[in-house]
Amino acid sequence: MNMLTDAAVEEKLQSASKPGVSKMVGKDVTVHYGEKQALFGVNLEVPEKQVMALIGPSGCGKSTFLRCLNRMNDTIDICRVGGSIMLDGEDIYDPRIDVVELRARVGMVFQKPNPFPKSIYENIAYGPRIHGLASKKSEFDEVVETSLQKAGLFNEVKDRLHEPGTGLSGGQQQRLCIARAIAVSPEVILMDEPCSALDPIATAKVEELIDELRENYTIVIVTHSMQQAARVSQRTAMFHLGNLVEEGPTDKMFTNPDDKRTQDYITGRFG
Amino acid sequence: MGEHTVSSFDEELGHIDRLIREMGDLAGAMTRASTNALLSSDTALAQRVISDDTIMDAKQRELDERAITLIAKRQPMAQDLRGVVGAIRMAADLERIGDLAKNIAKRVGAVGQSATPRTLAHSIDNMAGLVLDQVNAVVDFYVRREAEQLVPLRDEDEKIDIQYTSIFRELLTYMMEDPRNITACTHLLFCAKNLERIGDHVTNIAENAYYVMTGSQLPVQRPKLDETQMSVEADS
Repeated sequence: MNMLTDAAVEEKLQSASKPGVSKMVGKDVTVHYGEKQALFGVNLEVPEKQVMALIGPSGCGKSTFLRCLNRMNDTIDICRVGGSIMLDGEDIYDPRIDVVELRARVGMVFQKPNPFPKSIYENIAYGPRIHGLASKKSEFDEVVETSLQKAGLFNEVKDRLHEPGTGLSGGQQQRLCIARAIAVSPEVILMDEPCSALDPIATAKVEELIDELRENYTIVIVTHSMQQAARVSQRTAMFHLGNLVEEGPTDKMFTNPDDKRTQDYITGRFG
Repeated sequence: MGEHTVSSFDEELGHIDRLIREMGDLAGAMTRASTNALLSSDTALAQRVISDDTIMDAKQRELDERAITLIAKRQPMAQDLRGVVGAIRMAADLERIGDLAKNIAKRVGAVGQSATPRTLAHSIDNMAGLVLDQVNAVVDFYVRREAEQLVPLRDEDEKIDIQYTSIFRELLTYMMEDPRNITACTHLLFCAKNLERIGDHVTNIAENAYYVMTGSQLPVQRPKLDETQMSVEADS
């Protein structure tokens, strides 16, 4: 008989739900857009080499939080960020931090695929070139091929690497954008609704890709699809009205969440 | 619990709940009727229980189909998901209760009129009463969403087990007294066993209902000793 004692069962449950090592830590993160406050002191730890999903109704602050993680909000003049966000224990809002380098370490994939109006090859090679990660043609060839391989796109585009990236289908374009993000060897990849403009097949391919990428990268994904959050992530954070409502193991969040707002949101009972 | 933004979702969940209620009521009625038929040798009543089982099966199939369609259409989450999956399981237990009641009804003819001694009839009637209370209560608590009531309810099953053990001993005595009782008493033994099994299904339903309502499992029950096993060994 394979019987586990109560203590052993408890321990097993504990280890399954442990968040693991934190790659990024947000402490009391506040964001103002001009007069309007969008985030009210969010404390959230992003575990290393796992997928964290951020969910919540529109305007809840999940994308705002995501954009804080690689200082994307710096590009908005009226935006002020408070609190601290650490990447491997280093404050990314420290004035000595090179934002360009930060964004290489913390890459981003957007809602709408946005390849550069260049060839597929150049889309990938651009990042490594400006960051000086490759210099010889053979090095560029290699980074282009491995990035496309990792993004699961290589076989589909290997014979037309010098055709424009914009000529690919939506799903292929999105995977091209993921390949472009991977090319500069990031540690964290942020995804802001990466599948909302894709059909179910392309979505499935991106989800499969996210699952594979988890082995080497830390991923944070914002999604409006509850099923997608449930499928791809290990941990889920629920936002509402600029506050973090609840954070926990995805399995628990979607079967037995603690907070009533989470329950109402994921079951389709919101206001 | 608030309502869904999509109101037809609420209607579909409500329908599944109603089916559980109906199946629960039917399971209770079948348990009662089959024991009454047994104790009063009422073959007509027994026949009705047998035909009721068809209705029970049909309700279970309807519930399964509705639950599966709901999962496909709505992708329920959290308490909704637990509710739908729990309903499928509870319906399976209720359907089994129907089968067990039908099985008791089928033995009515075989037991015959004379073979049930008064004291034994009393014990079986008692046991049926305990079982019936359990069946009715578990469905009530589920419908009214009273999770905490399910904990003592599950523990009540022990009384049924004790009653079963005592009936078992009683029947053994009758059979040893007069071997001509053996056929009837064996049938009665199966009937008592069926009642005891109904109690076990109630326990399953209570566990499922508790999970549906709270999202956590009832604590594991201590292992029970099968006392009939021991008395067989002692008697042999």
